[in-house]
Amino acid sequence: MPWNLDSDRPIFVQIVEHLQYDIVSGVYAPGQKLPSVRDLAAVASVNPNTMQRALSELERDGYMHSERTSGRFITEDTHMIDELKTRLATAQINEFLPRMERLGLTKEEILNLVEQSIKE
Amino acid sequence: MSKLVDIKGLTKIYEATTALYNVNLELEGGHIVGLLGPNGSGKTTMIKILCGLLHPSAGTVTVDGHEIGVDTKRVISYLPDQTYLDGNMSIQDTIQLFVDFYPDFDPNRAFDMLNSLNINPAARLKTLSKGNKEKVQLILVMSRRAKLYILDEPIAGVDPAARDYILNTIISNYDPEATIIISTHLISDVEKILDDVIFLQFGQIALHATVDEIRSKEGKSVDALFREVYKC
Repeated sequence: MPWNLDSDRPIFVQIVEHLQYDIVSGVYAPGQKLPSVRDLAAVASVNPNTMQRALSELERDGYMHSERTSGRFITEDTHMIDELKTRLATAQINEFLPRMERLGLTKEEILNLVEQSIKE
Repeated sequence: MSKLVDIKGLTKIYEATTALYNVNLELEGGHIVGLLGPNGSGKTTMIKILCGLLHPSAGTVTVDGHEIGVDTKRVISYLPDQTYLDGNMSIQDTIQLFVDFYPDFDPNRAFDMLNSLNINPAARLKTLSKGNKEKVQLILVMSRRAKLYILDEPIAGVDPAARDYILNTIISNYDPEATIIISTHLISDVEKILDDVIFLQFGQIALHATVDEIRSKEGKSVDALFREVYKC
């Protein structure tokens, strides 16, 4: 399945995000080896150079590392992955809250609605 | 290091029509480049000059450090916008012809791709549907180990599923040192796999940028930008 990418945002940014979600959600476990750039590019249906740049960025941030001959691996630092999870979740909430406020809901009303939805 | 493609002051005039005017372009190896532009903007003229099928009226063109000629034809794998194959030949005989012609042709790649697309190699070319004919031609072109692939409208006649397969074939089969130039109107289908795009307009390069530069600067896809720039 090609990755679902928006057509109006830079592809590079979206690949980085997609891989961050895959790391946090355990599609790739800590310490796991990643497929090759070419295979990942083919799966995502994106340009291999763009995939390469995205992987380099994630490496620079410490979420993965390359070993000269054996390939590229996800970090084993689970603390770091948890931090990333919190950061991605906070980003979602920061998008969600203003939309709820635009509907005229107070903080208590939002909390109540969220609680109700979780119970259902 | 010399550029893979180096075009300087390229002009092509057909009698009263100027198809290309003073085009300058440098391309390095390892890129997938979209050559985009409305009908009559000079795309096919530029491609034919690169392939040695037309002569420039002015300017110089080199590929892999050589002037256009035998040396450049050896490293360019070209998919024309029209077929030149013999419809009476079977696919496997055509593959044999390519093996004889091109030392860099890998028949195993060709048969693998035919197999994944469920095309029978024993079939004669003229018995194939339009889309399958196009697929076979693209398979022949992509089965060479060339330095420069030039694809003129490679996916226009094939269904969306086969389009995805073909684009994946391009991504997963090409040599990281090679460059692919794709001329197409189906921008939204190809833009995810492109590094750079070149917009041609009135025989000149109106824009040469990476896909992500366009997306971050304009906040829209290359397809949307094209529709805006060339609005009729």
